Amino acid sequence: MKRLQHLYTPLIDNNPVTLQILGICSALAVTTSMTTALVMSLALIVVLVASSMIISAIRHHIPTSIRLILQITIIASLVIVADQVIQAFAFDISQRLSIFVGLIVTNCLVLGRAEAFAMRNPVGLSALDALGNGLGYGLVLLLIGFVRELFGAGTLFGQTVFPTIHDGGWFTPLNLMLLAPSAFFLLGLLIWAIRSVRPAQIEPADYEISIEPNRRAP
Amino acid sequence: MPDLNPLSWWARLLALPNESRTKTIAMAFIVSGICALLVSSAAVLLAPMRDANLAAEREARLAAMLESMPGLADIVAQYGADSLETVVVDLETGEPTDIDPATFDIAAAAEVPETSSIIPGEADIAGLGRRADLAPIHILREDGELRLVILPISAVGYQSTIRAHLALEGDLNTVAGLSIIEQGETPGLGARIEEPAWQALWPGKELAGDDGEIRLSVVRGRATSAYEVDGITGATRTGNAITSAIHFWLGEYGFDDVLANLRQGAGLQ
Repeated sequence: MKRLQHLYTPLIDNNPVTLQILGICSALAVTTSMTTALVMSLALIVVLVASSMIISAIRHHIPTSIRLILQITIIASLVIVADQVIQAFAFDISQRLSIFVGLIVTNCLVLGRAEAFAMRNPVGLSALDALGNGLGYGLVLLLIGFVRELFGAGTLFGQTVFPTIHDGGWFTPLNLMLLAPSAFFLLGLLIWAIRSVRPAQIEPADYEISIEPNRRAP
Repeated sequence: MPDLNPLSWWARLLALPNESRTKTIAMAFIVSGICALLVSSAAVLLAPMRDANLAAEREARLAAMLESMPGLADIVAQYGADSLETVVVDLETGEPTDIDPATFDIAAAAEVPETSSIIPGEADIAGLGRRADLAPIHILREDGELRLVILPISAVGYQSTIRAHLALEGDLNTVAGLSIIEQGETPGLGARIEEPAWQALWPGKELAGDDGEIRLSVVRGRATSAYEVDGITGATRTGNAITSAIHFWLGEYGFDDVLANLRQGAGLQ
């Protein structure tokens, strides 16, 4: 089942967020609660799979000189449609996601998969690759969202887990968890944890810093 | 004889080398045409549902505010829902108009030059740019006595336009409540203006001092007088936006003429 590799390797081994460091901007913005993280992940998976399939289907007829513009046009159209659908059917959540669904267009993950994979592979494989990468992205979002919502607000999916002192409970919410920097910290810790378990993911340094013992200051 | 069969044109186009100028231009037009069709049909097909969602949201928030105000639900129940009348007023003259409130959308009117005016720079403390010439307000009377006036206010916050309803009691100086209708501020910080606990701080606050100057504001930290409301930690700019919304909309370019008319009991009967 070599084909299925494209589906599961992006989950951890080749995760788009933790290994390729793609799409972290939205990972910071929508992970203050699990609900927004989940809806954002679903929207991204739909857009990513659809755009990969369309681009892969017409890949033999895309002129090289305008390939990026064509890809972006297709992705942007799908994103607008996804945004409209969310506004029509999940209005509350669309209010909280505000502009971030629209910003899927600028998510390097989508364009990255289109350019790196869908342009060179058949439709079925591209769909699997897109689905795998989308799930890998969603997994990281939900993990970060879990920690941020639990410790930042004491809730999960809006349901109270730790009663906060605002409501007469014992839990003092960590406001830092609701600010963007905490997502950076959590993402950094996550990458550290994954690379400790899988040392193969550690990248070689681009430039070695070496200090010559005999060198004197000029 | 020229070949007029579109299918063979299509086949010839696909057979062209990808780098040819004709195919590049043709692909650009075909892809953008299909995408345009997709986007516009989605927008048109889903527009009724989106508008219905927005309208339901507005009504639900107004109803929630009415419920949260002490004694108000009783009055509405006593006199029937009709006792709360909605009037579209002219902000220039302060006079009511005969426009049907159900068809008037203040946010849409503010974007069209014919139905809005530019706010002069120094007066535009709320950062709105333009405001609609007309505005819908809600008035509740009991035995001919003014009991409650609800005014729509708005301002540009930290990262979104905040829209709210400010309810004033019959003396037009005591706040009966504030209800945020629409905002997109930082979740967990500025967005906490939506929390009932914060909005519960508003009833009973005083709008203007003895000299008639608007003094009510959201302060940093704890409120120390009836003219101050507790700020939210980490959301100073959101709090400032609420302050400037109140100062702008109750000032010269907002509802000052309307309120003056209401005070005299003239006009808005």
